[in-house]
Amino acid sequence: MQGRLTRVNLAALAIGLAFLYLPIAILVIYSFNDSRLVGVWGGWSLRWYRDLLGNQAMLDAAWASLRVAVLSASIATVLGTLAALALVRAGRFAGRTAFVAMIYAPLVMPEVITGLSLLLLFVAINIDRGFWTVVIAHATLTLCFVTVVVQARLLDFDRSLEEAATDLGCPPWRVFMTITLPLIAPAVVAAWMLAFTLSLDDLVIASFTSGPGATTLPIRIYSEVRLGVKPEINAVCTIMIAVVASVLIVASLLSKLTVASRTQRSA
Amino acid sequence: MVRFEDVSKRFGATAAVDRLSLDIFPGEFFALLGPSGCGKTTLLRMLAGFETPDEGRILLDGSDIAAVPPHRRPVNMMFQSYALFPHLTVAGNIAFGLRQEGLPKTEIAERVGAMMALLQLGRLGERRPDQLSGGQRQRVALARSLVKRPRVLLLDEPMAALDRKLREETQFELMDLQARLGLTFVIVTHDQEEAMKVADRIGVMNHGRLVQVALPEEIYEKPNSRWVADFIGDVNLIEGRVTVADADGVVVEAAEGIRFQADATDGAKTGETVWVALRPEKIAIASITDGKRADALYGEVLEIGYRGDVSVYKVRLDNGLVMKAAAANTMRRVAQPFGCNDRVVLSWARDAVAVLTR
Ligand SMILES: Nc1ncnc2c1ncn2[C@@H]1O[C@H](COP(=O)(O)OP(=O)(O)OP(=O)(O)O)[C@@H](O)[C@H]1O
Ligand SMILES: [Mg+2]
Repeated sequence: MQGRLTRVNLAALAIGLAFLYLPIAILVIYSFNDSRLVGVWGGWSLRWYRDLLGNQAMLDAAWASLRVAVLSASIATVLGTLAALALVRAGRFAGRTAFVAMIYAPLVMPEVITGLSLLLLFVAINIDRGFWTVVIAHATLTLCFVTVVVQARLLDFDRSLEEAATDLGCPPWRVFMTITLPLIAPAVVAAWMLAFTLSLDDLVIASFTSGPGATTLPIRIYSEVRLGVKPEINAVCTIMIAVVASVLIVASLLSKLTVASRTQRSA
Repeated sequence: MVRFEDVSKRFGATAAVDRLSLDIFPGEFFALLGPSGCGKTTLLRMLAGFETPDEGRILLDGSDIAAVPPHRRPVNMMFQSYALFPHLTVAGNIAFGLRQEGLPKTEIAERVGAMMALLQLGRLGERRPDQLSGGQRQRVALARSLVKRPRVLLLDEPMAALDRKLREETQFELMDLQARLGLTFVIVTHDQEEAMKVADRIGVMNHGRLVQVALPEEIYEKPNSRWVADFIGDVNLIEGRVTVADADGVVVEAAEGIRFQADATDGAKTGETVWVALRPEKIAIASITDGKRADALYGEVLEIGYRGDVSVYKVRLDNGLVMKAAAANTMRRVAQPFGCNDRVVLSWARDAVAVLTR
C-alpha cells in the first residue's frame, strides 16, 4: 500500500480535508469580519472579540465551563487511573469481566442516554441541578477515556522497576508515588487533557444535567444561535477551537514523548 | 546465615522449587548453577520476598522471614534486567535505597560518591540510564544494591548481557568487592565457568532441587551423579560393571572390555552397574611411536574440534568405544603431530577416573 502522492491522491486529500475543515475555516474567518452580516465581507476586524468582552452572560458561561472542565477532568483522572490500576494489576478477581464492561460501556453509550439516566438519577435522589451535577456528569462521561489511555501505558510498564524499589526498602505506597506515578505521568496528563476537552465542548449531557445558574459555554452558544447567528458567537467558537486544539496538540506530543523515550530505552 | 528448610514453590502444576534445603554461610560467595527453568530465579525471589513459599521455611540468621515484607528484608537483589529507574539519574538511582532509610543528605552523598568511585562510575552521575552502555548500566545496578550494604546480596545473572572481556573484568571486580566488604553473595548463572571462577561454593540445581552442593573443584572432579558430570564441562561417560571393590580401589569393566581402575568409591559394590566419568583434558593422547603396550588403548582419530588453546579429539578405540580427549595446542596447528584418521594411543592416570553410582 506504499503509494506516492499522485495528483489524484492529492485531490482526494484536499476534498476530504475541505469537507472536514471548510466549515471551521469559514467560522474562523467570519469571526474576524467587520460586517455584522454573515456572508458579507467587511474587512478584517477584531470588533467581535471586543464586543465579547462586554458580553457578561457569555463570559460567565465560559468561566463556568472552564471550572466544570477542570474539576470533572481532575475527578475523572483520579478515578480513571485507579480503575486502570485495578484492571491491570489486580489480576483475575471475581467480577473482573463485568467491571471491564462497565468501565467501557460509556465509551459507546449514546450521550443522550447517559444524559437522561443521569438526569433521572439526580431527580430521584432529589439533588438540585446546577454546577456540581454537571461536574459529576462530565466526570462520569470522561472516566472511561482516562482509563483507556492510562491502561495502555500501564500494560507495558516494567513491573521489575517496582520490585526493585521495594527491594531497596521502599514501602508500597511510596513505590507508587516515586516510581509508578512519575513513569505513567505523561499518560495521566494526556488523559486529563482529553477529559478536559471532552467536558469543554459537551452540549448534550450538560443540557440534561445543568440547572439555572450553571450555564456552560456550549449551552449558552446553542441558545444564542437559536435567535440567529451573531458574529460574537463566531469569535467565541474560534477561541474554543484554539483552546481545544492546543490542548490536544500538547496531549499528543506528550504521548509521543513517552513512546519515544520508551523505544529509546528498549533499544 | 541463610537457611532454606524444605522449601517448595509451585506454579500451577510445575514445581519451580521442590522441597529444597540449603545453608548459605556468612561471608560466602555462593553460586547457583542449573539449566534454564530449573527454579534459580524463583529461589532468589523467595529470599527477596517477591514470592511466598508454598511449603517450608526460609531463615535469616535463625529467624523465619515469612512475615517480613520485601521492603524490610536486609537482602538486596540485583535484577537480571537491571531494573534501573529511567526517570532518575545514575546518582539518583544509587541514592534511592539510602533515601528510603531516611539517612542525612550528607551521608547519602558520601556513600553514593564512594560507591561510584569504587565501580568507576565517576563522571556518569548526572546521566540517565538510557544514556549508558550495557556494562555501565550493569555497574549502576550493582552499585544501587551494594550501597545499601545488604547482609545478603542476590545477583540474578548479573553478567548475562556483557561481552566476554567485560564479563571477566566484572567477575574480578565482584570477587574483590565481596572480599573487601565481607558481604554474603548469592549469584545465579548458567555459565559454569563463571560459577567456578567466582564462587566459594556451588549449588547445582535441576528441576527445582539441588543435585549437588560442593566446592567448585569437587563439583568438577567428583560429581555425585551422571547428570552433574554431564552438565558441568565436557565428559566421557562409560557404563560398566564393578568387578572389584575394596579399600585399594575399584575396578570397572565396560561392555567393550576396557577395564578402568579407580580410587575407592563410596557405594560402589561388586556386580553393580556404574558409570565411569573421565574428563577429556585428563586423557593423554599421543602418536604411536614405540611398540604396543598392554595397558594402553589404541584407536583412530575421527574428528578434531579446534578451540584455539586446546583441541578436542574424538577417537574411536579399536574395541569400538568412542572417547573424547583434549590436548593443549602447544604447537601451531599445521605442526600437530596427528590429524584425522591417524592412529593414536590414549592413557590416563588412575585418579582421573571418577566412578558414579547414579
Ligand atoms: N510467575 C510464574 N508463573 C508461572 N510459572 C512460573 C512463574 N515464574 C516461574 N515459573 C516457572 O517456574 C520454573 C522455574 O522458573 P525460574 O524463573 O525460577 O527458572 P530459572 O532457573 O531462573 O531459569 P533461567 O535460567 O531461564 O532464568 C519455570 O518452569 C517457569 O516456567
Ligand atoms: Mg532466571
